[in-house]
Amino acid sequence: MAKGKVVLKLDNDISTDIIYPGRYMATVLPTETPQFAFADNAGFNQALKKKHVPAGSFIVAGDNFGCGSSREQAASCIKGYDLIVVARNFARIFLQNSMNVGLQMVICPGIEAEEGHELEVRDNKVWNLTSGKSFAIEPLPQARQAIIDAGGLIPYARRLLLERGV
Amino acid sequence: MGMTYVQKLLARACGRAEVEAGEVLELPVDLAMSHENAALVINQFNEIFRDTGREPRVWDPDRIAIIFDHRVPAESAKTATNQRKIRDFVAAQGISRFHDIRGDVGGICHQILPENGYVRPGQVLVGTDSHTTTHGALGAFAFGIGATEMAAVWALGSILNVEVPGTIKVAVNGEFPRGVYAKDLILHLVGQLTAEGANFRVIEFHGDTIRSLPTSGRLVLCNMSVEAGATGGVVPPDKETCRYLRDEAGVQDELDLFAPDADAVYDRVVEIDATRLDPQIACPHTVDNVKPIGEVKGRKIDQIVVGSCTNGRLDDIEIVARTLKGKQVAEGTRMLVFPASWRIYSDALDAGYLRDLIAAGAVVCNPGCGPCLGIHQGALGDNETALATTNRNFKGRMGNPGAEVFLCSPVVAAASALTGFISDPREVD
Repeated sequence: MAKGKVVLKLDNDISTDIIYPGRYMATVLPTETPQFAFADNAGFNQALKKKHVPAGSFIVAGDNFGCGSSREQAASCIKGYDLIVVARNFARIFLQNSMNVGLQMVICPGIEAEEGHELEVRDNKVWNLTSGKSFAIEPLPQARQAIIDAGGLIPYARRLLLERGV
Repeated sequence: MGMTYVQKLLARACGRAEVEAGEVLELPVDLAMSHENAALVINQFNEIFRDTGREPRVWDPDRIAIIFDHRVPAESAKTATNQRKIRDFVAAQGISRFHDIRGDVGGICHQILPENGYVRPGQVLVGTDSHTTTHGALGAFAFGIGATEMAAVWALGSILNVEVPGTIKVAVNGEFPRGVYAKDLILHLVGQLTAEGANFRVIEFHGDTIRSLPTSGRLVLCNMSVEAGATGGVVPPDKETCRYLRDEAGVQDELDLFAPDADAVYDRVVEIDATRLDPQIACPHTVDNVKPIGEVKGRKIDQIVVGSCTNGRLDDIEIVARTLKGKQVAEGTRMLVFPASWRIYSDALDAGYLRDLIAAGAVVCNPGCGPCLGIHQGALGDNETALATTNRNFKGRMGNPGAEVFLCSPVVAAASALTGFISDPREVD
């Protein structure tokens, strides 16, 4: 399973305006949104763009990650770098968008980790290999897991479309 | 077991006797709304049909509404090209509820839907905009979704995997004191619940204050329910709902009205005594950082913004125009007013409100989302402060992470425009 370093530690209530500022919303395609990920955090944005952040690295956040607007760019811009978001909990629309676009996110109510710590997701737990502690993952409802297992909502909906012949 | 309003609505929508909070349903969609982000929806919609051997067709072109509002008129070639792509799609698919950049039919999606009679009690209404919660004011279960989710709705006609939400009952009683409005009530509530306090739940509004509140005020409450994380806000429909739909929205067909069960089970009940409310201000940089005006007044303001899907309706423009009539916006303060639709703009023109605003020094912008989300007009300079009747004050929201945004009601915005400082309308004549 996934193993990597925490590259960004964030607070509670991180809004979609912080993840993907509104002024870049005319850019919509998942292939183009990553350049504006965390655009107002110049250091992190540059590190991403210069490919200094390996795929499989972790963003760790508190409660209500992704609150605010429904803009899917906020999920697709992170997905573009194949980062994993671990948060105590997520805002509803962001959570749904993440599953739909295939962004890996982990609901981990007890998570404790700092930038530079190494994490591993294994056996329904997040293991902080630096501190030696582990934290339980809250599973997603089964119907939601089906979309993730299908590789996102597009392949899932395509299958339904063909099955139903609508 | 008794059901809340939305639980009852969902049971009816999927043809069942009852549903329980937490279960996951697939729901037929009555209305699917998008704005400029339809450009991404179209892209994802075409992806769903790729390699299926089938021509991409939406399930029902009469149940899709597309409204241009986020960047109108287009601020860049990129937006203009997106809008052109959407126009072509609308024409090819025969989408009937399309509101282009026009003075006769245009406006902000969350005003266009109600004023054109597209919203009905009992509907399942989804929109690719988080403030879709607005339409719960007319008894719909209305909530925001992402673009890929909408693409699946366009293809399948239903929304997959809707978790039946629990409900928070908010009972508001008593008359608003002078200077206090629906906006103050919802700011107070968001402050009390916090930005995540209603996550995955619906806020159901009750009490005599709500019963006597006109639809324009109910739209404000449901609009900002999402700022407490709520999936939706809802006012169970009543006489006022019928009055609005018949008299203001031109709806003629039969209305399906129902109420929550008397023994409905709520996750939580919040009681609010409206008579004890002061004007409220949401302080930077979260909407739940709410304080009574007494704790914030005196703060210097560079830009006042009146408008948006929250507070750009005729009664909002009216109260601001009345406050400013014959007076001047303070030197060193800019004031922008953007009505929520061209119908409102036109009515405000006829009533003389726009003349009074312009004479006072305000700039009247065209209807649209404008400065609210910092992508079109009215961006803030470094270290500037705005006071706005909009709905969000996140860092960077008005186009500049180095600026601050305070949120308030229209009458507080108007009183503060006269002084150049956050001012209590009860102390400014």
